[in-house]
Amino acid sequence: MKVAVCVKQIPDPADPGALDPSTNTLKRDVKLILDESDSYGVEMALQLVDAAGGGEVTLISMAPNNEVNGLRTALAMGADKAILVSDDALAGSDALGTSKVLAAAIARSEPDLVLAATESSDGYTGTVPEQIAELMGLPSVTFAKSIEVADGAVKVQRQTEEGYDDVECPLPCLVSVTAGVVEPRYPSFKGIMAAKSKPVDEVSIADLGIDAGSVGWAGGGQEIVSVIDAPVRDAGEIIEDEGEAYERIVAFLDELKVI
Amino acid sequence: MSVGTIWVLAEATDGTVASITLEMLAKARELSDNVECVFGGDGALVATELGAHGASAVHATGDLAGKLPGPAIAGAIAAAISGGAAPVAILCGTTYGGRDVAGRLSVKLDASVITNIVDLTNDGGLVGTEPVFGGSQLVNTRFTSDKPGIFLVRPKSFEAAETGGGAATVAALAIPDLGPSGAARVTNSFVEQSEGPKLDEAAVVVSGGRGLGESEKFELIESLAAKLGAAPGASRAIVDAGWVPYSYQVGQTGKVVKPDVYIAAGISGATQHLVGMKGSKTIIAINKDSEAPIFGVADLGIIGDVHKVLPQLLEALNARG
Ligand SMILES: Cc1cc2nc3c(=O)[nH]c(=O)nc-3n(C[C@H](O)[C@H](O)[C@H](O)COP(=O)(O)OP(=O)(O)OC[C@H]3O[C@@H](n4cnc5c(N)ncnc54)[C@H](O)[C@@H]3O)c2cc1C
Ligand SMILES: Nc1ncnc2c1ncn2[C@@H]1O[C@H](COP(=O)(O)O)[C@@H](O)[C@H]1O
Repeated sequence: MKVAVCVKQIPDPADPGALDPSTNTLKRDVKLILDESDSYGVEMALQLVDAAGGGEVTLISMAPNNEVNGLRTALAMGADKAILVSDDALAGSDALGTSKVLAAAIARSEPDLVLAATESSDGYTGTVPEQIAELMGLPSVTFAKSIEVADGAVKVQRQTEEGYDDVECPLPCLVSVTAGVVEPRYPSFKGIMAAKSKPVDEVSIADLGIDAGSVGWAGGGQEIVSVIDAPVRDAGEIIEDEGEAYERIVAFLDELKVI
Repeated sequence: MSVGTIWVLAEATDGTVASITLEMLAKARELSDNVECVFGGDGALVATELGAHGASAVHATGDLAGKLPGPAIAGAIAAAISGGAAPVAILCGTTYGGRDVAGRLSVKLDASVITNIVDLTNDGGLVGTEPVFGGSQLVNTRFTSDKPGIFLVRPKSFEAAETGGGAATVAALAIPDLGPSGAARVTNSFVEQSEGPKLDEAAVVVSGGRGLGESEKFELIESLAAKLGAAPGASRAIVDAGWVPYSYQVGQTGKVVKPDVYIAAGISGATQHLVGMKGSKTIIAINKDSEAPIFGVADLGIIGDVHKVLPQLLEALNARG
């Protein structure tokens, strides 16, 4: 079975980001890492290919400056190869532009199954997976908390407001996974060494047959009007527990008429 | 001035309209004098409630018969638009169904989506407000094309309001042939029951995080919640760890809550948690790390050990009867 996994490479969330004041988009000049949200898709893909008795896991990423750092992490986990789209014309792409690029790159790997995370850690629009599916004319199941493949179809437990739904969908299709769908493995030393020589196919948007006018700043259908500071909450009362802090909580709940 | 017709994606469970739908209707009514709903189900079941909240019409597909809402409803909306319907904006809730409809529709209309909206204003066209960096800054965005604007709205951003209007008229909305993209089918639905008030409706929420140390200690949270008539909640860390079901999660990918009182025990206050509870009227935090970001939003912050403070608190509350 051939599985394509979308992996976004993002600035380290531990390093608080900032908006570039000239463009009002996230600054992207730092080294990028694998979005933790996508490590679940990578692990799921590896397990599904294993369960199917063989196949191939191809990573798909769009990132500036030919960034491969995050891809190497996912290759070290065990993915076979990667397609990386990096092109100056992509700066400023919105979710739809990003999806057009990813859909074209995914098509190159001719997958039976496409995996993505329900939302990225830095952009969290949460629309990219469904946009990719629509662009590729594929059925999809979003918010998967478990996936099984059998008889040319996926069986997915899909998160709902009240619990979950069992959903069945024929392959080829796209599934977006929630954190917790599987426990991502840590790359082994052997995996890290092997990842260095795994193929990363770097492509431009011209290679994908995408017109520069339909992506990036040019293709974006929205513009930022302003960025303002949100109102801040008044500083509260902070006390150190010396054994009696619970009394203050009781008194506070009393004042609030909760008890 | 009215911006023109706004469509609101209506969602309902067993005939009860979702709060997010009523919240969006209230905002849409402020911006437009014609608000209509799109509904993936039997319109007659929801026409009265939608009308009472200001919708003049509901375009309903009828029962989805196991189809997922994304391709089906987006397909139906796109067909209606190419057939002449001309809403200036389509508001979808940031829900499981709403995000899928917005994503599919965006491709069908080749139009961008403005996501994570907590406010909408009319400034010679609709402008959406999105919080970034855990809500410390707000980004205002508008569309540059004249295609219908698709907005994804976060729950609890607006106050639902009845307008006293009569039932919305029900119009049929046809789902076109979806081809392979509509091939997924729901075969079964499971409801995870929890006792007490619903997390996103409770007046008091008591949430626990990784600081509880181990899964068994979540009992402290449940006992305190039961004592206060509150709903128990959780950070994602302990949901991912399997201590509690996903339905307990508060935050960006979980529920947005706005209770009168929110108690966070052993929760650091990561930005993704904060966006889900910052709107609470009063916040009480217990954390042993005085530097924990949760103290930045707390009205009462206790620097202390949850394993000491929570049992003492429970004992004191039990002693009061
Ligand atoms: C895309 C994305 C979406 C996310 N969505 C969500 C979401 O919806 N909701 C959510 O909550 N998170 C979400 N997160 C995760 C978030 O970033 C944090 O990892 C998570 O909230 C941390 O949970 P925590 O506070 O329980 O754990 P930690 O960050 O580990 O904090 C534990 C806290 O407990 C304190 N502590 C430890 N021992 C004690 C003790 N004995 N007594 C008192 N205090 C103690 C520590 O000082 C620490 O502050 C998301 C992350 C991403 C990338
Ligand atoms: N630039 C990208 N490269 C690879 N995958 C991406 C990219 N952007 C988004 N995705 C995928 O789509 C998911 C949802 O992203 P978003 O819609 O931005 O929240 C991500 O978690 C990834 O799986």
